[in-house]
Amino acid sequence: MSPRFEPITGRYLQLDLIGRPHRLYVEEAGAGIPLLCLHTAGSDTRQFRGLMNDERVTSAFRVIAFDMPWHGKSSPPAGWQDVEYQLTSRDYVRMIVEVADALALDKPVAMGCSIGGRIVLHLAHEHPERFRALIGLESAAHTDPYYDVSWLNRPDVHGGQVCAGVVSGLIAPTAPAPERWETLWHYMQSGPGVFKGDLHFYMVDGDIRDRVDDIDINRCPLFLLTGEYDYSCTSEATLDIAKRTGAPAVIMKELGHFPMSENPEQFVSYLLPVLEKIRAL
Amino acid sequence: MIDTIAGVVNADAELIRRGRFVDTTFMIAIDDDYTLIRVQEGRVTKVTPGPFITPDYSFALRASRAVWEKFWQPLPPLGFTDIFALVKQKLMRVEGDLHPFMANLLYFKDVIAAPRKAAAR
Repeated sequence: MSPRFEPITGRYLQLDLIGRPHRLYVEEAGAGIPLLCLHTAGSDTRQFRGLMNDERVTSAFRVIAFDMPWHGKSSPPAGWQDVEYQLTSRDYVRMIVEVADALALDKPVAMGCSIGGRIVLHLAHEHPERFRALIGLESAAHTDPYYDVSWLNRPDVHGGQVCAGVVSGLIAPTAPAPERWETLWHYMQSGPGVFKGDLHFYMVDGDIRDRVDDIDINRCPLFLLTGEYDYSCTSEATLDIAKRTGAPAVIMKELGHFPMSENPEQFVSYLLPVLEKIRAL
Repeated sequence: MIDTIAGVVNADAELIRRGRFVDTTFMIAIDDDYTLIRVQEGRVTKVTPGPFITPDYSFALRASRAVWEKFWQPLPPLGFTDIFALVKQKLMRVEGDLHPFMANLLYFKDVIAAPRKAAAR
C-alpha cells in the first residue's frame, strides 16, 4: 500500500526579511495563479490545510502559506531572547512583499485572515500594483482591546491554555468539533508572547481607519468575507469597509473568526465564487 | 437555570479533569440576584444563593437576566455565544481577582455555559 501523503509540500526558505536573515517555513499545494495565504495572530500555516487539500481550489491556484517569523516552524530572528516581540504595520507589510519577492511570485493574490485581513487593507493602500487581487477574511479597519492582553504572557498562567481560551468563543458554535479543537491546538502551540505581540498590530499599531477611503479597488480588486459569529472583526466593521471602498463583501453563515480552519468545507463554498471572479480578471 | 450548573459539571468527567487544579469560589450576578459557586478540584461542591452581607469570592460575572437567558439558550443568538462577546459589547462585567478565571479559561467557559446543556436535554 502506498503512503497516503497529502498534496501539500513544506520547505524552509532562507531570506533576508526587514534587513535581517531569517529561516521561514513555507507550504504550498496546487498550480496556477499564486494565492499567498496569511494566517491569524498567534497561529500558523496549518490553518489553510483544508484549502490546500481541496482540488476545487488547487486545480487553478498555487496555494502558498508561510509561518511568520516567531510562528509555527519559522524561527524567531537571532537574539530573540533579548527583545519583546511586537508586530508593526510597517514590518508586516514589508515582510509580505519581501516573501513574495523571495518566492518570485508574479502578481500574487494575497488572502489574509484577522491580522491578515487587516494587513491586506494596508497592502491595498500601499502596494496595489504588486497584487492581482486581495481577499480580506475577517477584515476590520480597527479593533479596540476588549480584555487585558497582559494575561496572554505571564509565568503564572499557561500561555497556550489562555490563548486558546481567549479565542475559543470566536469560533462559530456550529463548527465541527475536530476542526474547532485543531484550530485551538494551533493557539496552544504558539510561543510565549507571540499572540500578544501580534495583537499589538491588531489592536494598536494597525489601525487604518483614517486611510480606508483612500483604497482604490480599481487599482487592485478587494474582496471581503466575514463570518457571522465573529465578534472581534464584526460584520458591521467589514460592511463599513465595503461601503467606503466599494469592495464586495459577503457575511458567511455558520462561520466565525477562523473560517478556513474552523470549517473548511463551509468556507470554501464562499471562497470559490471569489476565486472564479479573480480568474476572470 | 443556574441551579443546573452543578449537575452538568459534576457529570462531565472531562470537564472535571480540565479543572482539576481549580479551587475557588466565584459569583454569578443576574440583575441583583447573586449566587456563589464553590469549585474544588474541578467539581462544583456548593451553590449558595444570596442575598449576602459580606460575600467572599475571587471573581464575579455580572449581567442582566435578559442577557443571561440569551447566553444560556442551547444555540445562543449571534453576539451571545461567549463571555468575551458579551464583555466586548459591555453586556457583561467580569471583575475581581481574575487569576483563577484566566488561568482556567477553557474550564470556566464551559462551567458558566453549563445551563445550555441542561436546556438542550
